[in-house]
Amino acid sequence: MPQDFRLKDGGLINRDKKISFKFNGKEYFGYEGDTLASALIANGVHLIGRSFKYHRPRGFFGAGVDEPYAIIQLYRNGETEPNIKATEQELFEGLEAKSVNCWPSVNFDIGAINNYLKIFLPAGFYYKTFMWPKSFWYRIYEPFIRKAAGLGTASIKHDKERYEHKYEYCDLLVTGSGPSGLASAYAAAKNGARVILAEDKSRFGGSLLTSEVNIGNQSGKEWADSIISELKEMPNVTVKNRSQVFGYYDHNMLVMSERISDHLPQTKKFHPKQRLWYIRAKEVLISSGSIERPIVFGNNDTPGVMLSSAAKEYIKVYGVVVGKNPLIFTNNDSGYETAIEFKKNGINPIILDTRKDPNSEIVDEAKDLGISIKNSYVVVAAQGYKKVKSADIAKISDDKEQLGAIENIKCDCICVSGFWTPTIHLASQSGNKTKFNENIDAFVPGISKQNEKTIGAANGIFTLDETLKSSFTIGQELSKKITNNDNKFSFPNVVEKKSTAHDKFWCVPLPKGKNYKRFLDFQNDVAVSDIEIALKEGYRSIEHVKRYTTLGMATDQGKTSNLNGLQLVSKIENKVVPAVGHTTFRPPYTPVSIGAIVGREVGKHSKPTRKSPMHSWHEKNNAVFVDAGVWLRPRYYKRGNENLFEASKREAKNVRTNVGVCDVTTLGKIDIKGPDAAELLNRVYTNAWLKLPVGKARYGVMLREDGIVMDDGTTTRISENHYHMTTTTAQAANVLSHLEYYLQLVWPELNVNVVSTTEQWAGAAIAGPKSRDLLKKLFPKSDVSNEGLPFMGYLEGDLFGVKAKIFRISFSGELAYEVNVESDNGNFMWEKIIEAGQEFKIQPYGTEALSTLRIEMGHVAGSELDGRTIPYDNSLEGLISKKKDFIGKRSLSRKAFTADDRQKVVGVVPLDKKTSIPEGSHLVKDSKAPLPNPKLGYISASCWSVEHDNPFSLAIIKDGKNMIGKKLFVMSPLKNKIIPVEIVSSHYVDPKGERVRS
Amino acid sequence: MLYINCPHCGMRSQNEFSYGGDASVKRPELGKEVSDQEWNNFVYNRKSLRGKHWELWQHLFGCRQWIKVERDTATHEIFSTLKANEEIS
Repeated sequence: MPQDFRLKDGGLINRDKKISFKFNGKEYFGYEGDTLASALIANGVHLIGRSFKYHRPRGFFGAGVDEPYAIIQLYRNGETEPNIKATEQELFEGLEAKSVNCWPSVNFDIGAINNYLKIFLPAGFYYKTFMWPKSFWYRIYEPFIRKAAGLGTASIKHDKERYEHKYEYCDLLVTGSGPSGLASAYAAAKNGARVILAEDKSRFGGSLLTSEVNIGNQSGKEWADSIISELKEMPNVTVKNRSQVFGYYDHNMLVMSERISDHLPQTKKFHPKQRLWYIRAKEVLISSGSIERPIVFGNNDTPGVMLSSAAKEYIKVYGVVVGKNPLIFTNNDSGYETAIEFKKNGINPIILDTRKDPNSEIVDEAKDLGISIKNSYVVVAAQGYKKVKSADIAKISDDKEQLGAIENIKCDCICVSGFWTPTIHLASQSGNKTKFNENIDAFVPGISKQNEKTIGAANGIFTLDETLKSSFTIGQELSKKITNNDNKFSFPNVVEKKSTAHDKFWCVPLPKGKNYKRFLDFQNDVAVSDIEIALKEGYRSIEHVKRYTTLGMATDQGKTSNLNGLQLVSKIENKVVPAVGHTTFRPPYTPVSIGAIVGREVGKHSKPTRKSPMHSWHEKNNAVFVDAGVWLRPRYYKRGNENLFEASKREAKNVRTNVGVCDVTTLGKIDIKGPDAAELLNRVYTNAWLKLPVGKARYGVMLREDGIVMDDGTTTRISENHYHMTTTTAQAANVLSHLEYYLQLVWPELNVNVVSTTEQWAGAAIAGPKSRDLLKKLFPKSDVSNEGLPFMGYLEGDLFGVKAKIFRISFSGELAYEVNVESDNGNFMWEKIIEAGQEFKIQPYGTEALSTLRIEMGHVAGSELDGRTIPYDNSLEGLISKKKDFIGKRSLSRKAFTADDRQKVVGVVPLDKKTSIPEGSHLVKDSKAPLPNPKLGYISASCWSVEHDNPFSLAIIKDGKNMIGKKLFVMSPLKNKIIPVEIVSSHYVDPKGERVRS
Repeated sequence: MLYINCPHCGMRSQNEFSYGGDASVKRPELGKEVSDQEWNNFVYNRKSLRGKHWELWQHLFGCRQWIKVERDTATHEIFSTLKANEEIS
């Protein structure tokens, strides 16, 4: 198929390499170096989508990052991605794209009926209309709106691509490789500064690629190419294309997304698709250039209406003309440059200039070329539905209020230039106080908050000579400050055509009797009339107007609409633009894929996974694992067809009758050394620690300063000044920080050192009536009798040549021990325990059985020590020393904590001894009381008691001490259960604690 | 992301640190009688200042030292940092 809109030659594309692609199912071809947009235009495709609200036909408006319309759904290598700008997507072999926001097709779109209903769809329509009846919202309104609106579909498949994060530091980050970026980066690099130069597009050079200038006897593009190739050779410079610096955060931290593989048919092996750079820069030079502003006129959203700079870029970069009968509508000299490009390629444009009599070198050139120019003329409205067919034009009075007679002229595109808007997004994000520059009718950066400077067009400097000179100077000065080098070099000679002042004109008045839609925000379909309504309805702050009308809230962040919106508000409100002020710019400057933000932290890499040294043994023995914080712990060991309930019951029962072994490596362990170690423990724990003998362990509870229990565990005195503290798995990190806080800040006089040794020790809990017999086999040289190793005793033993620590402590309530060996010997220890335990019918048990054992014993754990309970609530008040002060003690005398009916832990048994009680259920007096039924307490933990063979739960309940024996109801609306229960003691098994001492 | 000068390690990014609240709070001495009001002020009551503020950070994924940081809570500007044992002047 011939490419009707492709010029015979010219452009920067590679005409030797054809690339085929599909758009909406139809096959086309383009060339290497094309964007999807340029290739489609070359093929005469101008209808690419439908607008967001009215479903009006949409074409191309820009040629890059500012594009508000041409958003497509991309298909690449079996994956799909929404919200891709056709103007940014580079063409690759096999690319497939589809229109979005249209149904059933882009040519026939049912939603376009909204266009005829537009009188009913003014600003705030959705807010006002779909409010009632309330039940209609989720059944009728929302599904309809969701189907009709939207900018593409996110894939629900797992993304196979890899995304990376990179942290980088530099002296100078330059954002944009236009003339200012190149000059400043070059000057700084020559001074030895570490420079990163980031360019959003695939080609370096920015405006130099499309302008007719001369720098040091080279064309703009040649000069840019020579600077880039020199920079690329320098070891202190990183040059990145396809890289958008999209966010400016605190302390000169900027984030850049590098699209490494998006332009390729598929990602190369071992390459990421995208890379997110976190760059900490000493200095930042923002050289993001400027974006052309549209002039607002009737039907200015018709496909074929386009920024004049974009039309020029399509010719100069891609060798593509957007129309063969172009109309140029301008208020400044930039439109003439586009007209000249058309003319040079054999196409006759007509220029409508709002200015009466402009005079400049550029205007003269257009005149010399014989281009037809109409002064004091405006486009009143574009005509044509799916493509511009003609334009209604008229003369405009000097005061720009009165239109002359309407004339209709044929054209197939309208190239608009309403002057230039500096891209101040990054500067504004950095906290820069922007200011309004009357000369260019736009905001420019003002007072810096961070180490940032804005240069070139982004700073409102629109002549190349001044841009280059100031950028060289700034690059040199900044780098001199950093590197102390001062390499002088001469500025190149610049030849550019001089331009004259623009016309402060931005909106064509409506002709009498016509009610054309004049769009400000092309992506969100916000028209002049919508802003007028918002102001009429009393919205004054520009931030409110923005939210009510959605002006500038689309994915293009109002790059082409913000200033015209402000002009309109200031005109109606009779205020100057700076008084209206602009809305806040927030990152990201352009949409960033979620994959890039997430990086490698997906799936099992979303958090670290910690495994005990015995993990592979558990795996081999059918353990079913559970996440315990970042640890993986065996939940139960599956035998045959057992389920969780059956397996955990078997394991728990075996502990009560024979002996079991449980991997307790995950417990936090902190080594505490120093002459004041005992004093530290005495201040941290609620009970007394000064008289704990060497070789003894003690259970302790520590509080926060507000009296709430922070953690519990046993600490053992290994030697005179050496203690081994254990914490719960979940609190290990917090407890260490807590100790460090007090040692470093509150009591620095204490001579103590603390260090985490969690990973250094592998632990096995051996529990059950036969555990001592097993221990004797494991440690034949040690005296592990009840006298030799009494309850809460500690020994160092020899486990078949491996040094081991033996603690006689118990979580299960049975006679029990914990054996620790150095982690490397963990598996050896475990295998020896299993081997020696065979004759005692040993079975490994997981966390589920562990829970069962502790619940029926009434031992509190994480579900009771949940950051809301004090020692009394957990029946731990016996551990509170009256003789000494400790962290949090003063809080315990607070009124609420000493109330007579204070909550307390109790046991709960269902009356039928059969029905399991869901955790989290509420306890109430009367199950039939009207709602809200007063809650007495809640179920904190539930199990099937293996000792009594019936369900048993722990609960924390108001006035718990007086509740024993009472009959209440457990209610779980979530599980739809009402269970009559009896409150019993929390110590359901061995209430006197005889077994642990046996 | 903030850039914090750890007095022990040098300039490090915020994600190596954890926040520890107002650095000017002094814990009442152990064993000393304190009124409810005094104790409440220590445990709960904070000024939530706008502007310059001395606060505690712990260099968790670094030297594990608690440090004092003078930061502007509105602008995030950091003026100076101190070791745990250095007094705020």
